[in-house]
Amino acid sequence: MTSSTAVAGASRLRLVPPSRFADRAFYGITLLSALAVAALFILVAWLLYRGAHLSIAKFGWNFLVTSKWDPVSEEFGAWPFIYGTVVSSLIALLIAVPLSIGAAIFLTDLAPLRLRQPLVSLIEMLAAVPSVIWGLWGVFVMVPWLRDHAFPLLKEYLGFLPLFQGPIYGVSMLAGGIVIAIMILPIVTSISREILRAVPDLQREAAYALGATRWEVTRIAVLSYARRGLLGAVVLGLGRAVGETMAVTMVIGNRPEVAKSLFAPGYTLASVIANEFTEATTDIYLNALFELGLVLMGVTILVNFLAFVLIRTTETPGSRRA
Amino acid sequence: MQTLRRHDRYRKFKSAGMSVLTVVCALIVVLPLGLVLAHLVREGIGAINWAFVTQLPKPVGEVGGGMANAIVGTFTLLGIAMTVGAPVGLLGGIYLSEYGAERLNVWIRFGADILNGVPSIVWGMAAYALVVVPMKGFSAWSGGLALGFIMIPLVLRTTEEVLVLVPNAYREAALALGLPRWKIVTHIVLRTGLTGVVTGVLLALGRVAGETAPLLFTAFGNRFWSHHLSEPIAALPLQIFTYAISPYDDWHRQAWAGALVLVFLAFLFSTGVRLFFADRKKSPAS
Repeated sequence: MTSSTAVAGASRLRLVPPSRFADRAFYGITLLSALAVAALFILVAWLLYRGAHLSIAKFGWNFLVTSKWDPVSEEFGAWPFIYGTVVSSLIALLIAVPLSIGAAIFLTDLAPLRLRQPLVSLIEMLAAVPSVIWGLWGVFVMVPWLRDHAFPLLKEYLGFLPLFQGPIYGVSMLAGGIVIAIMILPIVTSISREILRAVPDLQREAAYALGATRWEVTRIAVLSYARRGLLGAVVLGLGRAVGETMAVTMVIGNRPEVAKSLFAPGYTLASVIANEFTEATTDIYLNALFELGLVLMGVTILVNFLAFVLIRTTETPGSRRA
Repeated sequence: MQTLRRHDRYRKFKSAGMSVLTVVCALIVVLPLGLVLAHLVREGIGAINWAFVTQLPKPVGEVGGGMANAIVGTFTLLGIAMTVGAPVGLLGGIYLSEYGAERLNVWIRFGADILNGVPSIVWGMAAYALVVVPMKGFSAWSGGLALGFIMIPLVLRTTEEVLVLVPNAYREAALALGLPRWKIVTHIVLRTGLTGVVTGVLLALGRVAGETAPLLFTAFGNRFWSHHLSEPIAALPLQIFTYAISPYDDWHRQAWAGALVLVFLAFLFSTGVRLFFADRKKSPAS
């Protein structure tokens, strides 16, 4: 009896690791690194707020709705930039969303298996092209083409709308929207594809069994099932569109005006920061730019939060996650 | 009966039409890639020569010169970014996959996704306030730090995704041998998932290599060599931007050449690395 407990005690002694210090230290380091995400978030918000405090104190909420942006008289209002950001992002979504969802349907349900991987790789490459290169291409290829061919056509046939009136410069709100559209195509397509792939096959089979055609299956069984998730993909695209900087700056024309026509130059939150930050000579000017950054960050966080909620709720068990 | 059949025909026709439409959508989605690559190669290939990769930019008005300092500058910035971003992202990813309680994990993942969505120019402003203002000058440090910040959430998410794929049996086997947790993580879990983790880091590097906005008021750009990391430093995307919006034809030509080099780098990091590791994954060793 006594000998057996002694043996058990001895073996337990041997099993205890020599020191748990390394384990604890490693755990602590990884925990700290994971919490760095939260710390980073607070740090950025605090830095921007600190950088903007003069402007916040001076202009208050009026900053968001005033149209005057005059560094000389030190009066600053963000409205033209907010307007430009909203309009250019909406144009981008209008163009990119139907194309992306169409492409995602093709990739999940229609494309021959051999074609799928190459297409997905191409879309990944599209996502890997840096923003500044889209800007370069936009300035030298797209804008001249729009100015000489596409915009005159639009003006001729849709000129009765106030959206397509006025002089054509080439660089314009519409050009900005198109460049943003190109840049959000890959992300909206790949997220939509993930969402559509998550639709259970049972849904499709049930619709086929009822005699539905291919398109009817897509519409009834797939799209309606994935509605929320697709909306999430769209909202995520919106988040990207709002933050796009370089390419937009190069083609949107950079004029702080609220114009009805899409042919007129515009300005966005991100591009005014990119253009004027190094030129801001007075404190209040720099503070105003920081406040624009704060607005930009706030908007993208809200939008991404919404997208996160929408996409999460569509992930259900029983879906194919190949 | 007749009308029913006609209706069926209409349904089939509509289905076919919609199928064609999705094909068209897919084609339009990849069309810009073709257009931009075609232009890059056509405009850029002629401007790339030995001088372009070995010489400094020439003053305005003189033809020739190159972007050697910008190419070196981009790699310098990537080096700093990796030193900042990779370890934190990696260790954070390890926490999520190996230790984290599910409740906390959800929040950390969520936080990382939100940070991923923060526009890159905002990171530039943060690095400006954090480094440029106290150091009273633009510097390579601040640019690298801005890029490093962007890398953290990217690396964290990919690391976690790779490490959770390592079978639990490996961890259990190691525990049964009496190894301490940290050794299990570093010697077994990390080594099993090494290719994936490295791919994740390289993908993040490829993503930040093309970033311009966060460098505008941190690295700032430099027409000469930087001799110290506390000086402004040139970077390819910055140089392309400056040249593209300049009024000089020769600078435009060089902007295309720089863009070609940059796209090549970005593809090398993203697609190339993926193909390389995809091949290795098939071997029985891993």
